[in-house]
Amino acid sequence: MQKNKKKDRIGYLYILPWIVGFLVFQLYPILASLYYSFSEYSLIGEAEFVGFKNYIQIFTEDRDFKNSLIVTFKYVIYSLPLKLMFALFIAMLLNMKLKGINIFRTIYYIPSIFGGSVAISIIWRFLFSHEGLINQLLAYINVEPIAWIGNPNLALYNIGLLTVWQFGSSMVIFLAGLKNIPEIYYEAAKIDGASKIKMFFHITIPSLSPIIFFNIIMQMINSFQEFTSAFVITKGGPMKSTYLYGMFLYDNAFKYFKMGYASALSWVLFVIILVFTGLLFKKSSMWVHYGDGGDM
Amino acid sequence: MRKNISKSHFTSYLILIIIGFIMIFPMIYLVLGAFKSNQEILSNASIIPQKLSLDGFVNGWTSTGGNTFLTYLLNTMKLVLPTVLFTMISSTLVAYGFARFNFFGKKQLFILLISTLMLPNAVLLVPRYLIFRNFNWLDTYMPFIIPAAFATFPFFVFMMVQFIRSIPTELDEAAQIDGCNSFMILWRIILPVCKPALFSVGIFQFVWTWNDFFNALIYISSVDKFTIQLALRMTLDIASQTNWNQIMAMSLISILPPIILFFTAQKYFVEGISTSGLKG
Repeated sequence: MQKNKKKDRIGYLYILPWIVGFLVFQLYPILASLYYSFSEYSLIGEAEFVGFKNYIQIFTEDRDFKNSLIVTFKYVIYSLPLKLMFALFIAMLLNMKLKGINIFRTIYYIPSIFGGSVAISIIWRFLFSHEGLINQLLAYINVEPIAWIGNPNLALYNIGLLTVWQFGSSMVIFLAGLKNIPEIYYEAAKIDGASKIKMFFHITIPSLSPIIFFNIIMQMINSFQEFTSAFVITKGGPMKSTYLYGMFLYDNAFKYFKMGYASALSWVLFVIILVFTGLLFKKSSMWVHYGDGGDM
Repeated sequence: MRKNISKSHFTSYLILIIIGFIMIFPMIYLVLGAFKSNQEILSNASIIPQKLSLDGFVNGWTSTGGNTFLTYLLNTMKLVLPTVLFTMISSTLVAYGFARFNFFGKKQLFILLISTLMLPNAVLLVPRYLIFRNFNWLDTYMPFIIPAAFATFPFFVFMMVQFIRSIPTELDEAAQIDGCNSFMILWRIILPVCKPALFSVGIFQFVWTWNDFFNALIYISSVDKFTIQLALRMTLDIASQTNWNQIMAMSLISILPPIILFFTAQKYFVEGISTSGLKG
């Protein structure tokens, strides 16, 4: 027994790298960023404490703040549900025990490999540019070229579409979840004469709910911080219609070198994400069912 | 009844094929576009190149920033490989600690680790930049490599913890009786069994770091140290609308390593996503 205790203490040694990493690269930066958010700092000299000045400026004067917040909300609300619904839909098709499923799974997953890489944004920019392929194809059926990227009303949806296109990893997670639903549930429902739609809402969705929930949270956190697509495809334009919060933050920190102000912006984003995550968690008890209780 | 089933299968296949084609189309278009002349890309919507042209590769390879793309590929490797290696080592050690020892405060620390999974990177952005600036690590690959050595990717630690937990402890105990210390148990017993999970970690980290544009943009400023992502962006800015074939050819080269890795190690991708897909 005594020996076991000693043995268990060695555990600290193994997790030591993480403890150091957590303190230096996560905890300290969080606290530092909170401090910077109350100061003015342009990389020259010392950070100067200014109280709530940054926050007041964000909420009262900065028109870009309001705009980028709205743009980001639109982006998240449009792309996230679409992406997850698509992922679930395809996962269910793939779960039908058809032949050649692996090939389809591969094809659907490929776009996700590239994540936020520049190449993907480049392809997108080309496909949807004025003389790009989509417009060339439209010309065949005598449709005037559409300014997919140049039109402020369309550009954001276009960037959102890029995210939706990369639904592969959510799909693979859903697929794994679907495989775990015992066949017997469906058989029992069939005997009771349940329709396919009923089975979907009363068996599939409840069984998958923890996975759906996890996906929503993680995708939401990522979507709120999206950067590369807007930066490479539209540069935030036209007329700041794709000026996502991530770009806004980047500009303040690394273009204008307003480190204090950028920190305040990052905290506002953090709180927004926190509130949404909290709301989702709170509402989750209504629809998320844990079959065997999460194992910690 | 039988007929019904095959009919619904037929519709499923049809849907899968149509959507699949849309999914893969941009990639096919990129591959074929890279072998077209610029004029053809801009004037002709046919997907197959009418005349194979290597101009895009030849000109694109040397066109950016006074270096060839080989420099950028090597730079990216210099950044990615140590990052991957350190991620694999640190994640395994930390996961082993969490999965196999019952030290005081373990549960709380593990919850802390999991909650950092949801920590938005945006909030770390400025202070991290300032830390690395103080360390004189700006314009080096240290901001990528060193945090990896300290297991700051909770996703991977979590993945390894899940995996190590699923290994029965009987073997550990037997080895302990034979006089193995905890590190020998990790090395001789846990690690060989963990190979698939470890590969998943390595592969994901490779692909993510390879594709990482944002951090490279922030930390790397001199062209000689540019990663492939930064080089591509530069090509895009310099060439603007004029040389789409060069841009496509270089884009194709930039996605080749992840693609090759994906096709050779597809199994680990799928397993990695599925096991970390939070079953509980």
